[in-house]
Amino acid sequence: MESKATAQSSGRVRNCSICNQTKAALKRPKTLEQICRECFYQVFEDEIHRVIVDNHLFKPGERIAIGASGGKDSTVLAYVMAELNRRHNYGLDLFLLSVDEGITGYRDDSLETVKRNEIQYGLPLKVVSYKDLYGWTMDEIVKMIGLKNNCTFCGVFRRQALDRGAALLKVDKVVTGHNADDIAETVILNILRGDIARLGRCTSITTGEDGPIPRCKPFKYTYEKEIVIYPFSMSIYSPNAYRGFAREFIKDLERIRPRAILDIIKSGEDFRIATSTKMPEQGTCERCGYISSQKWCKACVLLEGLNRGLPKLGIGRRGIDNERNSRKSIDNKKCGSLDF
Amino acid sequence: MKLTLEFGGGLELLCDSVKIHNVDVDQKDVEEKLTMKDLLVWVGKNLIKERPEMFMKGDTVRPGVLVLVNDCDWELSGQLDTLLEEKDVVVFISTLHGG
Repeated sequence: MESKATAQSSGRVRNCSICNQTKAALKRPKTLEQICRECFYQVFEDEIHRVIVDNHLFKPGERIAIGASGGKDSTVLAYVMAELNRRHNYGLDLFLLSVDEGITGYRDDSLETVKRNEIQYGLPLKVVSYKDLYGWTMDEIVKMIGLKNNCTFCGVFRRQALDRGAALLKVDKVVTGHNADDIAETVILNILRGDIARLGRCTSITTGEDGPIPRCKPFKYTYEKEIVIYPFSMSIYSPNAYRGFAREFIKDLERIRPRAILDIIKSGEDFRIATSTKMPEQGTCERCGYISSQKWCKACVLLEGLNRGLPKLGIGRRGIDNERNSRKSIDNKKCGSLDF
Repeated sequence: MKLTLEFGGGLELLCDSVKIHNVDVDQKDVEEKLTMKDLLVWVGKNLIKERPEMFMKGDTVRPGVLVLVNDCDWELSGQLDTLLEEKDVVVFISTLHGG
């Protein structure tokens, strides 16, 4: 049994089920194993290495951009990628890639974190700003359109910004810190929305392989709880408040049955779509060359509105279809054609 | 009972943006030990200044809030029944924030 001195509040805590030497420090949601900190670091890193190897995520000599927001997931991802690349000789050229939306105050902390990561992990950093990419900062956009629909702009622009930044860096792939909870949440949201096309894609560990720059998610099977605990003694992350209902639902499920997160991902993976279902076709934007199921990509539609002083364009259901004929002012300020 | 409480992952915003609180929690009875359940009630009354629903759900923390007692996952020490002792360090981290 445990000695009196260390027993105290955690009197019932058992020894680590892996090494059986040290007292357990956490319960793994994935396996319910109770393990100590040292063994946790080991299995955490080894599992991600296995995911990378088993899924052939990288080839030696590839240039890889790590999408770095300064948040917990990408910070841990940057560290783990640098570490595994060294330890297992992946032979990868790693870069940090950050997006600056141009919101006063918003990114200050996180860009500081990313700059710290650049030094700590020795990874070159590239920051791409909305201003450079689109000619507008979010502050300028908000000034123009107010606070009502600004999230649409920010979201659409951010999604493309990583790809555009990756093209500038001439990388072969982008890795993002999406974790198992994120993917389970996306599966649920896509089911709730009836978005079959995205439901089919969202569980793939690598997406966009037919496009210019594929993206992959080495944390696909990594629980958020473990990502939060992993660096715990090393750093504190930048805060942000809101996550939607689906996320809380997933955490509720996890509490009742920790396996639920992996089970949801499995459900998403095993979904078979009826062959009669019509899938949206994926083409490229006529204006900038970015992938788009419409004539123009969402960013170009939004930019068109901004540049013409019609910021409502592209928000809501009635989009560019009505506006397609008037292409006069397009050329003066586009979001830059892509050079992949 | 003197405890160190730490709030992270955005939870500090609910208590005046202060991350580390050195607190003295009064016990109703010296004989009876303080549990995490008691501490959560105390924290809710004394430290959480806004949006308590971001921290609590029912009589426990909201799912997605990680609790460590002396660096140990509280799921291992009995969650709400965990007994606290003088100078214990309790950490609350929200995982429900942007990544």
